[in-house]
Amino acid sequence: MNDWPILSLVTFLPLLGALMIALIRDDEEGYGRRNIRNVALLVTVVTFLLSLVIWIRFDNGYAGFQMEEEIAWLGGNIGYRMGVDGISMLFVILTTFLMPICIIASWRAIQLRLKEYMIAFLVLEALMIGVFCALDLVLFYVFFEAGLIPMFLIIGVWGGKRRVYASFKFFLYTLLGSVLMLLAIMAMYGMAGTTDIRELLAYDFPPEMQTWLWLAFFASFAVKMPMWPVHTWLPDAHVEAPTAGSVLLAGILLKMGGYGFLRFSLPMFPDASVFFQPFVMALSVVAIVYTSLVALMQEDMKKLIAYSSVAHMGYVTMGIFAFNEWGVQGAIFQMLSHGLVSGALFLCVGVVYDRMHTREIAAYGGLVNNMPKYAVAFLILTMANVGLPGTSGFVGEFLTLLGTFQTQPWFAAIATIGVILSAAYALWLYRRVIYGKLDKESLKGLIDLSGRERFILYPLVALVILFGVWPMPVFDVTAASVDQLLNEIGRAVSDGAQAAALLQR
Amino acid sequence: MFHLIVFLPLIGFLIAGLFGRSIGAKASEYLTTGLLYVSAILSWIAFFDFGLGHEEAMVVPVMTWMNVGSLAVDWSFRIDTLTVVMLVVVNTVSALVHTYSIGYMHHDPHRPRFFAYLSLFTFAMLMLVTSNNLVQMFFGWEGVGLASYLLIGFWYKKPSANAAAMKAFIVNRVGDFGFALGIFGIFLLFGSVNFDTIFANARQFDPSGDMDFFGYAVPAATAITVTCLLLFMGAMGKSAQVPLHTWLPDAMEGPTPVSALIHAATMVTAGVVMVARLSPIFELSHTALVVVTVVGAITAFFAATVGLVQNDIKRVIAYSTCSQLGYMFVALGVGAYGAAIFHLFTHAFFKALLFLGAGSVIHAVSDEQDMRYMGGLRKHIPTTYWMMIIGTLALTGVGIPFTMIGTAGFFSKDIIIETAFASHSVVSTFAFIMLVVAACFTSFYSWRLIFMTFHGTPRATADVMHHVHESPWVMLFPLFVLAAGALFAGLLFKEFFYGHEYMEFWKQSLFVAGGNELLEEFHHVPAWVALSPFIAMIVGLIVAYLFYIRSPGTPKALAESQSGLYAFLLNKWYFDELYDFLFVRPAMWLGRFLWKRGDGTVIDGLGPDGVSARVVDITNRVVRLQSGYLYHYAFAMLIGVAALVTWMMLGSAL
Repeated sequence: MNDWPILSLVTFLPLLGALMIALIRDDEEGYGRRNIRNVALLVTVVTFLLSLVIWIRFDNGYAGFQMEEEIAWLGGNIGYRMGVDGISMLFVILTTFLMPICIIASWRAIQLRLKEYMIAFLVLEALMIGVFCALDLVLFYVFFEAGLIPMFLIIGVWGGKRRVYASFKFFLYTLLGSVLMLLAIMAMYGMAGTTDIRELLAYDFPPEMQTWLWLAFFASFAVKMPMWPVHTWLPDAHVEAPTAGSVLLAGILLKMGGYGFLRFSLPMFPDASVFFQPFVMALSVVAIVYTSLVALMQEDMKKLIAYSSVAHMGYVTMGIFAFNEWGVQGAIFQMLSHGLVSGALFLCVGVVYDRMHTREIAAYGGLVNNMPKYAVAFLILTMANVGLPGTSGFVGEFLTLLGTFQTQPWFAAIATIGVILSAAYALWLYRRVIYGKLDKESLKGLIDLSGRERFILYPLVALVILFGVWPMPVFDVTAASVDQLLNEIGRAVSDGAQAAALLQR
Repeated sequence: MFHLIVFLPLIGFLIAGLFGRSIGAKASEYLTTGLLYVSAILSWIAFFDFGLGHEEAMVVPVMTWMNVGSLAVDWSFRIDTLTVVMLVVVNTVSALVHTYSIGYMHHDPHRPRFFAYLSLFTFAMLMLVTSNNLVQMFFGWEGVGLASYLLIGFWYKKPSANAAAMKAFIVNRVGDFGFALGIFGIFLLFGSVNFDTIFANARQFDPSGDMDFFGYAVPAATAITVTCLLLFMGAMGKSAQVPLHTWLPDAMEGPTPVSALIHAATMVTAGVVMVARLSPIFELSHTALVVVTVVGAITAFFAATVGLVQNDIKRVIAYSTCSQLGYMFVALGVGAYGAAIFHLFTHAFFKALLFLGAGSVIHAVSDEQDMRYMGGLRKHIPTTYWMMIIGTLALTGVGIPFTMIGTAGFFSKDIIIETAFASHSVVSTFAFIMLVVAACFTSFYSWRLIFMTFHGTPRATADVMHHVHESPWVMLFPLFVLAAGALFAGLLFKEFFYGHEYMEFWKQSLFVAGGNELLEEFHHVPAWVALSPFIAMIVGLIVAYLFYIRSPGTPKALAESQSGLYAFLLNKWYFDELYDFLFVRPAMWLGRFLWKRGDGTVIDGLGPDGVSARVVDITNRVVRLQSGYLYHYAFAMLIGVAALVTWMMLGSAL
């Protein structure tokens, strides 16, 4: 089985599932509906199990791409090329892991157009996995952009009251960034004559060209992250998206920006990356402090978590642009951890939303009285969000700050203020929702987590603690590739410096 | 053995926490308490082996935590004298508090949860004191913060408890901000977070060399000072030193056993442990040590002044804790680390005794905490009374000067006052005066507490007085053990902690820079210095006696004549109001402003909403152009053609 095209299999299996669901008749309440749900769940679970094979076959010691596949496509220069390395592999696993959870979370919550909903999710899964596996720039772009469409539909069709506004805002923001990236891709193809990422990684773009290319890619990734000040689409999108949509948005889609920086911006445009380091650091630090303050005052649970996501992504961009092992590995870890933590937090919001149909913080209070299990899960996740040592949230935050401090202590010092603010907004949320007397009539009838809800929340909680205490499985995977990445940057930059010195002579 | 000491409480927490409902309250109580006793006994064995005996210090590895680049962080236990002393303190007090809680929490429906939290706290505290690197210490540090948060907010239906819990966590986070930056600084300076490597590098550290720190070229000594002060900021948060002390009095919202365990005997001493543990680094910076001394002295004085006028029995003891921690920091600041840990050790006994005694009082008077509604309880709860007396004797440091007769506090406190005087630090005189004045105040408020609670005529309602009862044995037993400690711990261990056996006892675990001869010098202070705490104590006692036994009207008259000062003290120097004004409100205002104006008006206004609004504007105008009249279009075309022709003619001419 070693010669199977395992990456393509994992990528396109969900599409096959979508096709199957398309053939099932959606008959309101009957076998059809049951079958749709079962097929969706089965396909995502099988995809997850299959993706574990990738992890098992993955060679931690090898820094380059593994399990490569290549098929000619669009003339020889642009090709269908797939492969994973230490940076991308775990994102594939994270995607396949979150998908069954999303399907189960939508089990009863979605009644309208169930068939189309499931198809949208499965298509989205395929495209997201494709983004992390693609080894060809055009292929990457196709996956990257096509992913917008199902997400646009998920927010626009199954969203809340202002769903049309939110979905258009989301779509336009991301599209605008991507258009610039497309121009850059064409320019790169023109210069290097190929879109093979492996060859582009080896190609030395002239420094003045790098600046423009870097900016074009930055426009796209900064919106995706999202970085301040192009973050305002995220709170709206989260608030309006259905629970499972929020989980994927926070868990996976936000990681594409960070992944893009690591895959393209840093290794392909090292000089420009170094040049723009203070700029990115400044934006990250502003994001951390600014959005944490804004999160403090939110009245909507989902919006609060959305703003805290922006702050946490600030640590990621800061760590990436620290250009050292602690920063970059910390950033990757932070992204994975945030995928679990924020995904689980949105599920937590979904749990009470399904019961009460409101996300307003003021509508809750005292839930610990009749939902103790929920209170415990929510507490652990809140603490992970705050970055308490022993949870996965701490490891990434600590490493990114440590790494940044070694090169840019002032930025790190300001960013550390986020540690205080995150405690403030997260604990205040917890206090207002969970603690206190249960004196609101409407809340008295709420029941604790159902078996299905426990089944999706508990594994996430367990993983959050496991990776907090023992994060080495992640670092073992990422170490070699990150080392190589940093060496490349160091080499390119010192080459550039030498060239500049020669010119001056 | 050390695995057992540390992990038994964790096991207790997991079982009581996960299965507390199914195994029931009784089983949870006995299980967690039993495991704690095993840990405590093993700790004492370790104490005799490593402290009093001759076992070499060692590191017990557990597993890898993070291994990233040159950063290597392990889960491991560092076993030396400092660790075993702390193991003894933590596990002994924790076991006794567990026992006491069986009685105290008798009526509470959530006992499994309570005992689970207590064990979780103990585990986190053990991780803190046994850590062999700064990151694990940070884990324990925040872990005890979490447990403290959960226990302060244990009665989650009380809004005040929830607020206090949040405040404790967030104020501690302010300290942790400094601690985290301090860790980053240490890593930058010494290239490691492991104590062995840090200390080895610190020994060869050249303070005169230049280095790049925060973008400035500074002498390495400055970088060390900044790093030490950042670390000390963490210690100030956890150990409730001014100005990060505000959370500790509010933390009294939690159940009383919690106050005894966390907010008196163990967690709040974490800052002292940290500075003592990092003594090789703090010794590199004279400036940092001066700051430690000054902060400690100010806190000792400040908290004692506030303690004078408080009416809540637990808050009086809370301010007393704050003040006593100030003493410890003074000792650290002058380089008498052994003396600081000695006071930590004795303080754990008598302060836990006082808190548990206060709990016993509160238990007796139907959960009343205000001393103005107590009084005359001596006859009704004599055992508690005598236990409280022993605690007070120890706290105020009763003993006969120049002899070996005295309570635990007599030895440890007097050593600190004498070392403060003997030290060559520039602030030593200041610290000495502050501490002696604080000793006088301590004596006053401690006896005031005793007199208001137990003497005089009862001020509680007849109904309450009717129900007054002595606590059950399960609550009194811990009091007896702690009382024994409060009486004899000083006498027994003085020579080990800060006396002739100093070197054999501490071995390498504490470090003092060469030239610091305090250990020898404090024996030779003038007689009046040695007598001064004794006199201060007597003065405080006499004044309290006059005020609250002889003429009970005096305090009221004094408060009225000095109403400004009284209000100032009663309101705790207005720290809470100041912080609310300086930090809380601006943060909330800024948050709202950035949200509504920053995100709303500016970013969205200029960005997506603005663009779409402009698009709509333009289309509206374009729509208006399309009037539908043929001659409008014809006219526009004619103008266009004319312009085109003109341009072509002019263009070709040029």
